[in-house]
Amino acid sequence: MSRPELQAPPEIYYGDTEAKKYTKNTRNQQIQADMTYRALELLNLTPDEPAFLLDIGCGSGLSGEILDEEGYIWAGVDIAPSMLEVALEREVEGDLFLQDIGQGFGFRPGSFDGAISVSVLQWLLNAETSHPTSSPPHRLNRFFTTLHSALRNPSRAVFQFYPSSDDQIQLITSIAQKAGFGGGVVIDYPNSNKARKVFLCLYVGGGGGQQQQIPQALDGDVIEDGKVRFERRRARDLRKDKNGKRKSQKVVDRDWILRKKELYRKRGKESVPRDSKFTGRKRKPLF
Amino acid sequence: MVRLITHNLLACHVKGCTSNNFPLQLQNVQIELRDADFNADFLKTFLPKLEWKALVESAKELGDTSLPVEQPEMFDDDFLKNLHHVLLEIHIEEGTMICPNCKHSYPISNGIPNMLLAEHEIG
Repeated sequence: MSRPELQAPPEIYYGDTEAKKYTKNTRNQQIQADMTYRALELLNLTPDEPAFLLDIGCGSGLSGEILDEEGYIWAGVDIAPSMLEVALEREVEGDLFLQDIGQGFGFRPGSFDGAISVSVLQWLLNAETSHPTSSPPHRLNRFFTTLHSALRNPSRAVFQFYPSSDDQIQLITSIAQKAGFGGGVVIDYPNSNKARKVFLCLYVGGGGGQQQQIPQALDGDVIEDGKVRFERRRARDLRKDKNGKRKSQKVVDRDWILRKKELYRKRGKESVPRDSKFTGRKRKPLF
Repeated sequence: MVRLITHNLLACHVKGCTSNNFPLQLQNVQIELRDADFNADFLKTFLPKLEWKALVESAKELGDTSLPVEQPEMFDDDFLKNLHHVLLEIHIEEGTMICPNCKHSYPISNGIPNMLLAEHEIG
């Protein structure tokens, strides 16, 4: 299936049914939660200090719930009304806005102590109309400049997103830099197809005392349950031959053979070998 | 779900509307009161970000006059309680926010303000 952002603009793709489906999916919930925690970690806020955060593309509030749990006060923006409706039903604490981030924000300078965004930026990379204000660079530029001014100095903004090519990362980072942000891209688990996650970590300010540094990406073993990911799928694929048919299971044991033979006899199959003490025995290696 | 805490941060973002675009005027509002957890530390750190005059005015528009006209230098418990109530417990459910400069109106329905702009208004 092609990427959702290539199918329709977000406010249409996440219609009533898709919004509910997305929010109910426990796998989505888990992934969103993991990424929100990771984004918060990358935000590197001073612990035990209350903060006012912006959740960009808050959707149905899956990430907002985590912010609530962690005790942050937040405001969220999203362009899909159906998603926001679900968020209202779920009674998240933050203030919600129906807003197109590509049109820029109207928040006063220095409003927020940080911003997070989970799986959103890729939606800005498609032009919906031919109007000059709907070209991706223009929208990104508008987004990053207004966001930059809305953030406190010093602070950070962390975006998890799904780029489909290196060019997209290049485009996004260069526009963010022009808007005044420092920082860069952190790729968690770069060698894993499945666990790989791209985070854009942007800094406002950061001169003065301590220089802000790009955090370390997570790396190494993703495997926590002691299994290699894809193992199950590979095992399933192995059972299929070239034509996509399932290969017969390997001969298991004597009982299994006897059962099969019995079955064939019952069905009236001819030339079923007779049972003997040699049935199901391994041949000696004769060399 | 718009509370005065975010309303106080919100200016108009229509193209070319850069001065006198704050605060957005509230009209025909319906409010709802909902309890929120009191967090004195948060309020203290948030105070410098507030535009005090605008906050008092908007609170008045919503029928709450518990805040002093001038921002006090010392915060006692009563003041923080009032501030907490005004900032975090008054939810605007329905109404419109109107930019004092360009008169763009942002309708609020179901507690969610519609901040979308038309094509010619995008900066």
